[in-house]
Amino acid sequence: MPFDIYDFSTLTEAIDLSLRASMPAFWAVVIEFSIIGVVFLAAYALLGLGLVYAERKVCALMQNRLGPNRVGPFGLFQTVADIIKLLFKELIQIKQADKLLFNLAPFIVILGSLLAFGAIPFAKGLHAVDLNIGVFYVMAVSSIGVVGILLAGWSSNSKYSLLGAMRIGAQIVSYELSVGMALVTMVVFAGTLQLSEIVELQREGWFIVRGHIPAVIAFIVLLIAGTAETNRGPFDLAEAESELTAGFHTEYSGMKFAFFFLAEFMNMFVVAAIATTLFWGGWMPLHFGKWEAFNHIMDFIPPIVWFFGKMAVIIYLIMLFKWTFPRLRIDQLLTLEWKYLLPINLFNILLMAFIVLMGWHW
Amino acid sequence: MLITFNNKLKIIMSLTSYLGEIFGGVKSLLTGMRVTTSYFIRPSTIVTQKYPENRKTLKMYEGFKGEVVLVHNEKNEHKCTGCGICEINCPNGTIEIIAKQIVTEDGKKKKVIDKHIYRLGMCSFCGLCVKTCPSKALAFGSEFEHAVFDRSKLTKTLNNDGSTLMKGVEE
Amino acid sequence: MKEILEDKLENSNIESQDYVINMGPQHPSTHGVMRFLLTLKGEVVESVQPHCGYIHRGIEKMCERLTYPQVIHLTDRLDYLSAHINNEAVCLIIEDALAVEVSERVKYVRTIIDELNRIASHQLWWAAFGMDLGALTTFFYGLRDREKILDIFEQSTGSRLLQSYNCPGGLMKDIHKNFQKDIKDFIKYFRKKLPEYDRLLTGNVIFKQRSKGVGFLTKEDAISYGVTGPSGRGSGFACDIRKKIPYGVYNKVDFKEILYNEGDTFARYKVRIDEMWESMKIIEQLVDNIPEGDYAAKMKAVIKLPEGDYFQRVETARGELLVHIVSDGNKNPYRIKFRSPNFSNLSAIDTMSRNQKIADLVAISGSLDLVIPDLDK
Repeated sequence: MPFDIYDFSTLTEAIDLSLRASMPAFWAVVIEFSIIGVVFLAAYALLGLGLVYAERKVCALMQNRLGPNRVGPFGLFQTVADIIKLLFKELIQIKQADKLLFNLAPFIVILGSLLAFGAIPFAKGLHAVDLNIGVFYVMAVSSIGVVGILLAGWSSNSKYSLLGAMRIGAQIVSYELSVGMALVTMVVFAGTLQLSEIVELQREGWFIVRGHIPAVIAFIVLLIAGTAETNRGPFDLAEAESELTAGFHTEYSGMKFAFFFLAEFMNMFVVAAIATTLFWGGWMPLHFGKWEAFNHIMDFIPPIVWFFGKMAVIIYLIMLFKWTFPRLRIDQLLTLEWKYLLPINLFNILLMAFIVLMGWHW
Repeated sequence: MLITFNNKLKIIMSLTSYLGEIFGGVKSLLTGMRVTTSYFIRPSTIVTQKYPENRKTLKMYEGFKGEVVLVHNEKNEHKCTGCGICEINCPNGTIEIIAKQIVTEDGKKKKVIDKHIYRLGMCSFCGLCVKTCPSKALAFGSEFEHAVFDRSKLTKTLNNDGSTLMKGVEE
Repeated sequence: MKEILEDKLENSNIESQDYVINMGPQHPSTHGVMRFLLTLKGEVVESVQPHCGYIHRGIEKMCERLTYPQVIHLTDRLDYLSAHINNEAVCLIIEDALAVEVSERVKYVRTIIDELNRIASHQLWWAAFGMDLGALTTFFYGLRDREKILDIFEQSTGSRLLQSYNCPGGLMKDIHKNFQKDIKDFIKYFRKKLPEYDRLLTGNVIFKQRSKGVGFLTKEDAISYGVTGPSGRGSGFACDIRKKIPYGVYNKVDFKEILYNEGDTFARYKVRIDEMWESMKIIEQLVDNIPEGDYAAKMKAVIKLPEGDYFQRVETARGELLVHIVSDGNKNPYRIKFRSPNFSNLSAIDTMSRNQKIADLVAISGSLDLVIPDLDK
């Protein structure tokens, strides 16, 4: 069991040793940083492309049609074609916009998303940072995106963009509360904030099974609040095409718009990854306590496949939300958060604390 | 007690209605999700077709109003006498009949059709020309790929070159 | 635009929160080219002023130069989603005025295709309404089911949307031999699919919250603005011409007139869904009993109506269409007037949208089911 799962930290330590042996420590660290940077940027971009393609195919299948199928086999290069098109578009400069903030906003949004991406454990030892305040770090860093959105709305110098950005700001800030409390519920259960520790603790069984009722409630709340926080799904009133005020990214064109778009998809990825890590066991294979033979078979599938498999299910659920339900109005959105999700969350934390103290879990 | 029985009842009622709302709402959302998932897992329900690739098997229904044609048989004969009734009945001047006078074998002067001009770009497919032709010469064809790069190609001459009038058509 | 601003400046003091937004002629959710001038106070709508005329094509004027059979192909283009019903209105006037007896077969086929047109129009309405509210899959489900009806039309009449199948005296050509079988297959298929519409949208808690209590129209307002059709019946105004002044074979079939009394968006939505069930019931009663006969009566080559005024009212998918022909004995009508249902339905939008939020305006105009070319003629 433990010796079957490949530990990536052996690979990283081997690289580290060989680098330190051949050059001074400072340069070794710089080269390591650049390797990690390149690998993560590449992974971010490729996963983004893949997610956009997956969304189009999934929504097409739900709507009884084919989806992209001409560019490349099964339309796999459709997103590449879209990126090339966006690269060629003119970056329109607005005269009376605040130039520095206008150009800075997309980068801030991508920054928040990329920082959170680095903390996710993809497999044993395969993550960029492993802080011992992992969950808290992810929460903090994903709030940087709000600043970027508000800057985008303000600096566009258009009253519609400002209105849209204000609404999105209110929405994100409210739902962060729910996301935070759902995560706190699981932290109470796990007893640690470090993400790799949390995954290790799920060796015997996933948290959603071990923490029965409060864990299930927390999972559902996290899914709902997570889609609301990333402005997706039934909560995308402020940027929807058929509403009147057109949203904060109207004045952006070309690659800057692509950044906002990509950041939205990768935020969805981060939310799904956090949900997988805290509830469904991260990269842990499915183990049922005492069934040795079953566990052994499950171990043969590499952990990274487990991780992406679980992510696929959760991402499918999030996409299902978007394509099935009508939109909520802004006041209904905020009512949902403050009158329904928040009391449920508070009650849930109490319930989980009670269960942990009484030991009513396995 | 600080909370009277009546108030306790109200609190319990509002709590049950709150929870009832939540469960009812969640149930309706799950029903909707089941509908879309049922289509997601069955790729056999896809109704779209890959258009230019399926041209060989694509057949329009008979009687589809694609364009107006002058019916020719295998001997390249048609039934149009050049009477001009279709031109009179057309609401917006899509049809123009150009007739010419010829001398038949008996030495009589007769009007026959020279060119039957049909402007596809203006036709509204109302079907009056097909319906009112006395010799039933016109019909609807099923060709639907009419896009051209040059607008003059939309003005068509319906009678083929060298086609002649079928015998016995005059009323 | 300037007059509105000047008027507002004179008669009231514009507070700093008021502003006038243009929901312009190009907008994804106005279902046509329509311009709304909204006066907003923060999020709340104070008044809505529609500006129409962007797609005015002068149909009534063009008809003064055309003969009666030629008028029919222009009536297709009024409310193109109930094209056959519009054609039938003009044909009925001509047949009544000249006292021509059409065969029973013609009446049965006309009524069946009318009802199919109604179902197709409501399917498209459902598709677009869901899409406006954000449920993007409803668009594809509605259109997928509508394709089956359009196939039936294509086989018998020749085209899918603008049929021009009626002509004075009957039909242009006889129905296809697969007509009855295809219709029965379609009804079997659609009876299974319509509950799915309910599961996807009607029962959804988000949809109910967005449409219940939004856009009230009282019965008195509906009568005084002349809101007919499903929008009027959602407010309790019993205005179904098929019941009041039956034409075709409507007096021989058994169907209910759907009435809801709440008058909000959800009631108008329910009226249309229930109407689809009723239309299927009507078609089922008629499709097996099409009598044999001519598909057209013999008419003179040149049709001239005697002098006088002629009226005919029909129930299109959106309301009551009234056709008024003034004739002076020639082969062209002297004046032809179409009272379009969409124009009167639109006039009530100001009353319905006061004190609602902007996001509700999209739901309200979607539930009125406007087709703008019918408004502008």
